Order: sequence, then C-alpha cells, then structure tokens
Amino acid sequence: MLEINDLSVSYGAIRAVRGVSFSVGKGELVSLLGANGAGKSSTIKCIAGALKAAGGSIALEGKDITTANPEQVIRAGLATVPETRDVFPDLTVAENLMLGAYIHRRDQAGNRQNLEKLHTLFPRLAERSNQPAGTLSGGEQQMLVIARALMARPRVLLLDEPSLGLAPAIVERIFEMIETLKKSGLTILLVEQNVNQALSVADRAYVMRLGAIATSGTAEEIRATSDLSAHYLGG
Amino acid sequence: MAFAIQFVIDVLSLGGAYALMALGLVIIYGILRLVNFAYGELIMVAGYTMFLTSGSGLPWIIMAVLAVGMAIVFGIITDYVAFRPVRAKSVTAVLITSFAFSNLLQNAALLFISPRPRNVPLPDIFSQTVSIGGAITPVRNLITIAASIVLLAAVAFLMRRTTLGIAMRAAATNFTMARMLGVPANLIISSAFALSGFLAGVVGILWIGRIGTVVPGVGLEPLLVAFIATVIGGMRSLPGAVVGGFLLALIDTTLNYTLSQDLLKFRDAFTFSLVILILLWRPEGLIKGPASGQRT
Ligand SMILES: Nc1ncnc2c1ncn2[C@@H]1O[C@H](COP(=O)(O)OP(=O)(O)OP(=O)(O)O)[C@@H](O)[C@H]1O
Ligand SMILES: [Mg+2]
Repeated sequence: MLEINDLSVSYGAIRAVRGVSFSVGKGELVSLLGANGAGKSSTIKCIAGALKAAGGSIALEGKDITTANPEQVIRAGLATVPETRDVFPDLTVAENLMLGAYIHRRDQAGNRQNLEKLHTLFPRLAERSNQPAGTLSGGEQQMLVIARALMARPRVLLLDEPSLGLAPAIVERIFEMIETLKKSGLTILLVEQNVNQALSVADRAYVMRLGAIATSGTAEEIRATSDLSAHYLGG
Repeated sequence: MAFAIQFVIDVLSLGGAYALMALGLVIIYGILRLVNFAYGELIMVAGYTMFLTSGSGLPWIIMAVLAVGMAIVFGIITDYVAFRPVRAKSVTAVLITSFAFSNLLQNAALLFISPRPRNVPLPDIFSQTVSIGGAITPVRNLITIAASIVLLAAVAFLMRRTTLGIAMRAAATNFTMARMLGVPANLIISSAFALSGFLAGVVGILWIGRIGTVVPGVGLEPLLVAFIATVIGGMRSLPGAVVGGFLLALIDTTLNYTLSQDLLKFRDAFTFSLVILILLWRPEGLIKGPASGQRT
C-alpha cells in the first residue's frame, strides 16, 4: 500500500532522515516510534509532499509519489494529520471540515453522508460546528484535525503524535478511535512517543533513531525488546 | 447640520476608496506575507485602459469593465512575472522583482504613452453635484460610497460563504496545511491576485475620477495609502484593512477641515505622526490577524 525506499530528507546541511525504508500493508496499522529528533515528523512531512526528498522513493498503491506536491498526495488517497495540529483557528469547525472535503467538493451528497458518520464518531464536533476552531480545547482540536483528514476519504492516514500534550483520558479516547478506524479497514501509519499505547493498537512497528530505522518487527517483538528501547524511547 | 453631512460624506467616500485599496493589498499579503509593490500600477493600468479606449466610441460602462478586466489581467501577470519565479526562494528577491515590475510598467507608460497627464473619459454624472440636507457634494462621492459598500459586501460574501473564499482564508493562516487538504497553491495565489486586481481596477476608476487624468505615477499615492491603512489596521486582517482605510480617511479629512491654509501643506506630516502614535499604542495594528495555527 505504502512503500518507502531509502528515503532521505535534509534541511540544508542537516540530514534529518538518512536512507529509511519501510512499508505499510493494506489495512495495516504500523507505528513509527523513536525519541525526540529521530526524524519521524520529517519522514511524515516528506511523504505528505510538504518536504522534498533528498533521495529515495515513496510509492502509494504502486504509484510513485516521491516528487508529488501536497495537493497531489491527498488526491492520490493519502491524508496527513501533522503533529502541529493545524486547525484553521479563525474558521469554524464546520468550515474546517468542509475544507477537508475540498477534493470532493463536487460530491456534496457524499460529503454530507461522510460528515454525519464523523459526527457520530466525534459528537463533540457536531455540538461545536459553528464555533471558531481556535476556541476548541487541545483534545477537541486533535479530533477536528483527524475528522478533517477523514473528510478527504483517504485510503491511507498518517497520524503524527495524536496524543501529544493531551490528558490521559483524552489519549484513551483517541486510541479507541484509532482502533475503530483500523477496524473499518483504513491503512494507518501512526507516529508516537507513547510507546505502550501505540504498540497496543499497532500490528507492526519501526523504531527510528538518528534518522535511520534502528529496529523493526511485530508489536509483540518490539514490546519484548522494550528493555532496550526504553533507553531511547523514554518509556 | 450641512457641515456634519458634508464631513460624513467626505469621510465615507474617501474611506471607502482607501478601504478597497487596502483590501487589495492585504489579500496578497495575508496569503504570501509579501507586499506587492506593483499594486499601484494596477490602478495606472485601469486608467490608461480608459484613456486608450476613449476614442473607440464604446459606451462608458464597457470601457470601465475593460479597465477593470485589464487590472485583473495585470494582477495575474504580476504573479507570473514577479512572484511565482522567486516566491519560494527569498522574500528579498520578491521585494525587488515586484519593485522592478512596478518600474517596468511605469516606464512602459512613459515611453509608449506620455509622461504628461492624459484625459480619462468620465460620464457627466461624475462632475455633477447634488445637495443633501444643505450640503453640496459631488455625485461621484456618493458613487464611491455606494461602490465601496457593494464591493465590501461582495468581498465579505466571497471570503465567508464560498469554498474558494474559505480556502483563501485557510491558506492565509496556514498555507501548507491548506495544500495538504488538496487546495491548489497556484489557484489560491492567482485568485488572490485576480481579486486584488479587481479591487485596484474599480478603485482606480473612482480614484482617477476625482482628477480626470492619468499619469504614469498615478499609482504611488494609492499604494502608499493602502500600505498605511493596512499597517494601522493590522497587516494580516481583512477587516483590519477596511477599518484602517476608514480611520486613515477620518484622519485625513479631519485635518483637511481643521488645518489652516499654511499648515495644510504639512497634512501628511500630521497624518504620519498620528499613524506613528497609533503604532506605538498598537504595534501589530488595530486588529490582530488570525492566530497562525500553533500547537496548543
Ligand atoms: N525546519 C527544520 N530546519 C532544520 N532542522 C530541522 C527542521 N525540522 C526538523 N529539523 C531537525 O531534524 C531532525 C529531525 O526532526 P523531526 O521533527 O523529524 O524529529 P521527530 O522524530 O519528529 O521528533 P519529535 O518526536 O520531537 O517530534 C531534528 O534534529 C531537528 O532538529
Ligand atoms: Mg515529530
């Protein structure tokens, strides 16, 4: 479904990602773990088309998207929720969601249906429809960006640290929701520092360290080596 | 009473024109964080289009539509010539290219038309006056007020109710995120330049309608006015640009009414002093732009 091959990302002289290869199969939930600065977000941004690859290739459903720009990547069926939780703060919740469906703007009936489904998944967003997104709490904003990404009806979803800075109860809810999405057949790449939570929902995981893949395996295998990983994962 | 009516009409008509000018500038700035220094030349283009079509025998309204159309076309050309090639590279480069394009257009007008003022056709109604509650006022002031109300409402509708407008507002706060949702960068930027050109075209006709002639440097004052109004109002806020435009008009008109003849020469010095005071009080302008979607 998603194939990353020998991917490198540089910021000027800084090489943040150095020849990373991994894959996410159809319907799979793969977690990308690693300490601060390991290069996870850089990898995500590069797949999303927001950063240029310095080398290597990215393929989505067999189609090369290495040099695609962000608007082409979403049209190809891959949606991204960046770690910066980028709601459009002065637009209302409803407007944010509407923009999520930008690529389907000719299919209003389909969008309404999808929105209804998302409103049952995130009832809070339905209540806050006409409120500026900037006034939502951190947890609600996270729900909004995920729902907004889903409005594009992607086949692959990249989630960059959805639990970042949220209270444990909300984190719990977010992970339940991720499981629901996985059950619906969505292919997910989940970046997390919350290792235990991530491994509890993931099929497989890759651990990044200093811009490269240090370890990979099934969730159980990674968990078994967690003594080792605890050092650089911070738990 | 007549005096008060006169004053209000003067403020509103000048303010309407200033607000439209400022809006045209801030629409580009909001999205690209870059000032389009060739903005004033869009007004010049509208003026010369009127001059060049004046012998054609077309009805005036058609000439006006053509003038606005040319301002839109040149707005989009500004993007392709001055912005797009260097946009991603450096801010300084764009400042220079937009200055250069502004100069190029002015020099083309000097060379191919004339450095001297050229008459612009205006319908008779522009030079008529009416009396409202004892105040004698030019009809063109009322036209300016009406046009700015209609255009401000239209822009508000576009930005709040249409997908394109909402996408433009989204792109103004977080361009990359908007692109990640599939909003094409080039469409948004071209639309912003087209809208900016449209506003410049309409304002150009109203502005030039005050003097009746066009010269190559006609765009300088509108650019300056638009720039000051956006700085007062807040560089990143569309309502801010409108508020800034009306406030600047209020300051200018008040000074016009109160300063003695010898002091009126220094009106701009007084205006700028007030602007500096406003900025000392509110360095970011009166209305803060939308917060840029930061991590919570
Ligand atoms: N815009 C940038 N300019 C220069 N260097 C950057 C930039 N963004 C990231 N880096 C560097 O690239 C490296 C990888 O950063 P990245 O954000 O990908 O890490 P991460 O694994 O997502 O970390 P975290 O868990 O803290 O989010 C870091 O050393 C960082 O300092
Ligand atoms: Mg990160």
